[in-house]
Amino acid sequence: MAMTLHVDIVSAEEEIFSGTANMVFAPAEMGEVGIAPRHTPLLTRLKPGEVRVQVEGQEEQFFYVSGGMLEIQPHIVTVLADTAARAKDLDEAAALKAKERAEKAMEDKQSDFDYAKAQAELAEAVAQLRTIQKLRKKSGG
Amino acid sequence: MAGAKEIRTQIKSIQNTQKITKAMEMVAASKMRKAQDRMRASRPYAEKMRTVVAHMGRAHPEYRHPFLIERDAKRVGLIIISSDRGLCGGLNINLFKKAVRSMTEWKGQNLEIDLAVIGGKAMGFFKRLGGNVVSENSQLGDSPGIETLIGSVKVMLDAYDEGKIDRLYLANNQFVNTMTQSPQVEQLLPVIGDETDEELKHHWDYIYEPDARSVMDQLLMRYVESLVYQGVVENIACEMAARMVAMKAASDNAGELIDGLQLVYNKARQAAITQELSEIVAGAAAV
Repeated sequence: MAMTLHVDIVSAEEEIFSGTANMVFAPAEMGEVGIAPRHTPLLTRLKPGEVRVQVEGQEEQFFYVSGGMLEIQPHIVTVLADTAARAKDLDEAAALKAKERAEKAMEDKQSDFDYAKAQAELAEAVAQLRTIQKLRKKSGG
Repeated sequence: MAGAKEIRTQIKSIQNTQKITKAMEMVAASKMRKAQDRMRASRPYAEKMRTVVAHMGRAHPEYRHPFLIERDAKRVGLIIISSDRGLCGGLNINLFKKAVRSMTEWKGQNLEIDLAVIGGKAMGFFKRLGGNVVSENSQLGDSPGIETLIGSVKVMLDAYDEGKIDRLYLANNQFVNTMTQSPQVEQLLPVIGDETDEELKHHWDYIYEPDARSVMDQLLMRYVESLVYQGVVENIACEMAARMVAMKAASDNAGELIDGLQLVYNKARQAAITQELSEIVAGAAAV
């Protein structure tokens, strides 16, 4: 019996491929790797490129990944693909933005607080109006 | 016919409200189905991630990543995921209650707390409560991509790296089924490895390319991100389910109110007719 690998290609938002294969090629950071069954355990990052999956008796399948991680166990290959374009400074910018938003929202005590206060005042005014209307109705007959 | 007109207007206004709640119920139902699909679609990644991290926890690298090492806690981080909009029953409040309970517990142990909030409701609540909010993220919409969450998570991971916080928790709603959503607070960092070992017990290690440190850095970062993303997607499914149930209850209540008012209205009408008739009869008898 021919030896096979179990291959899973997943991204955070969906499962891309799951099945058995004879050989898998992936764009690892240090160069493309070809993985045959009983490969030694390996953990590496992926560059943007193609993951090729060879299944016996079928055409080779291609999957584009924009980066991610590759884990190899002797009979399991797992590709954890990134969906978003990732770079250190991009992440940094996103983090800064999140921080800024928090600071702004915390400083901006006015808006939310006043909203609650205004709501309370409005409820009071409505109640007053209702009483006035009732009184008027009574006196007006 | 005293009050008949008022009752009629009131019935009309309740009917209008009922129309709105019914529409919201149906919108929430269809959105819930989509949110559940998304939740299911993102599950394989989280599962694979968990397996790989568990494998890595059992490998024996020379380098021990800080995310895997337990240290004495002085300050903890908490990521809270809530919805952006209300009208979804007690969903957010139940979660906040649970989070606040954990926070009081930590405060009892003299731990300080940093908060990262995701969702408008959490921001409003913890601002009023007076928590130390270090990052904020809201208006994610119904189908957020993972890239919208990177910032919030990175703030916390950086704080952990720099030793500002010593533990990281995640609070979100777990989707049990349409009727039940259970709030939970779970630990993200340091990573708790599960000890369900099979054949990987013997001494082995990966080949790391280019080196253990950078590979583990990236992997663990993605791991935490994927957990948070999963939390957000799940919370959206919860929100929609809770809104659907709340709006259904509101429509039912409106229906009951209308029935009651209709009864009062009919009685008033009947009384007016009877009175008029007896007046006419009395008038005719007098002639």
